[in-house]
Amino acid sequence: MIELKDVVKSFGEKKVLKGISTIFDAGKINLVIGSSGSGKSVLMRSMVGLMNIDSGSIAYNNRVLDYNDYMATKEIRRDIGMLFQGSALFNSSSVQDNIDFPLKMFTQMSKEERLERVNFCLQRVHLENINHKFPSEISGGMKKRVGIARAIALDIKYLFCDEPNSGLDPITSRVIDDLILEITEDFNMTTVINTHDMKTVFDIGDKIIFIYDGQKWWEGTKSEVRKSGVKELQEFLKASYIE
Amino acid sequence: MSFFYHFGRYLLFLKSMFSKPEKFTIYVERTFTEMVAIGIGSLPIVILISIFQGAVTTVQTAYQLVTPMIPKSTIGTVVSDSTILELAPTITCLVLAGKVGSHIASEIGTMRINEEIDALEVMGINSAAFLALPKIIAGIIMIPMLVIISIFLSELGGIVAGHYSGVLTANEFIQGARLTFDLFTLQFSLIKAFTYGFVITSVSSFHGFITRGGALEVGASSTKAVVYSSVLILLSDYLLAELLL
Repeated sequence: MIELKDVVKSFGEKKVLKGISTIFDAGKINLVIGSSGSGKSVLMRSMVGLMNIDSGSIAYNNRVLDYNDYMATKEIRRDIGMLFQGSALFNSSSVQDNIDFPLKMFTQMSKEERLERVNFCLQRVHLENINHKFPSEISGGMKKRVGIARAIALDIKYLFCDEPNSGLDPITSRVIDDLILEITEDFNMTTVINTHDMKTVFDIGDKIIFIYDGQKWWEGTKSEVRKSGVKELQEFLKASYIE
Repeated sequence: MSFFYHFGRYLLFLKSMFSKPEKFTIYVERTFTEMVAIGIGSLPIVILISIFQGAVTTVQTAYQLVTPMIPKSTIGTVVSDSTILELAPTITCLVLAGKVGSHIASEIGTMRINEEIDALEVMGINSAAFLALPKIIAGIIMIPMLVIISIFLSELGGIVAGHYSGVLTANEFIQGARLTFDLFTLQFSLIKAFTYGFVITSVSSFHGFITRGGALEVGASSTKAVVYSSVLILLSDYLLAELLL
């Protein structure tokens, strides 16, 4: 469970997050939706410790993310995996080396054990025989899957996905959504996804949080979204051609 | 004010590198890789500039010493002293600021804009320590070594140019070089090289780290890294001369 209490973040005079409080349920897929510029990415980057918040708190199973305590933050981050919008694979390393990297850094596994784990992770995201390819030699959808494989190489408890479907065709988007769902269930992870793809919301979302103008405007389940009665959310759905 | 703001950020960046390494062996491995990249990778350009530096200094010094009252071995003395004290460490490091500095800034800058550094941080890795520290250690080890090679090759270039242009014989050159040789000048040269090695690698890493934007900004960071490293090399050159000579 991830608990946010009154999270505030500003850039100069501009307040981007205006006191967001919510709980991301354990073992579920939690979706953060909202239009571009609503503060979704800032919220996610703050949650993984890439940005300091001005006030409020973010706690992972009651362990508060303290930006001033680098070692404590590092400990929490060991439980976190993240799929970035642009995949953020190490471009000068092969697919195998990308997935092997966290294993090499944080485990005492032998080379053979690591290779076995890398192949397991690749199989898990339905990719095989691309170990020696470089990120520039694979498609956008494959990059996302390698990103997920790298994120799950260690036994993580929290998976963050920033716009996992951006730039992908509808079929590949579906593949990525299904994969995130499978992995969340199999590894019993708490997954947080930033998206404005309403298809993802209705396909895999357990809990939905709607961010509007830096505030939590609405939260509920996917079955409650259509009946919400919140004008801004309905406009968002309408713009997504889902009514 | 902007200067103090950036200088403060640079100091904080240096401070952030000092944390317990996630895995010591990987840091050692990365340091050796960087030593090869900085040291062996820069060897061809260092060889080239050093030989020509020594050769040109010899020919030009001979051109200026026209009176027969001054022995020809003086050319060896002038070339040798100026090579050890100034030309080999400073000129070589200004060239290395361009080669090594721009490479470091663009490498780290590209990683920054591709979110690779964010990916490292999310994994719980101290990105500054992981990316910059091995480069800085490699720089302060390898750049003094390159300067030693540069000194040797500059002297050799001077001897060869002196011999083939008929300015002075190899014996006269060596005799002149040995005449006023002081071990401290060599030590001073290595102190300079050590300082410049730190300046080039740390300033360039810092500029790579603070890159924001896209490909154009990576280019701008790379240029800034070379300019700031070069200015700081010249500034520290003067300060070290004032302090130690």
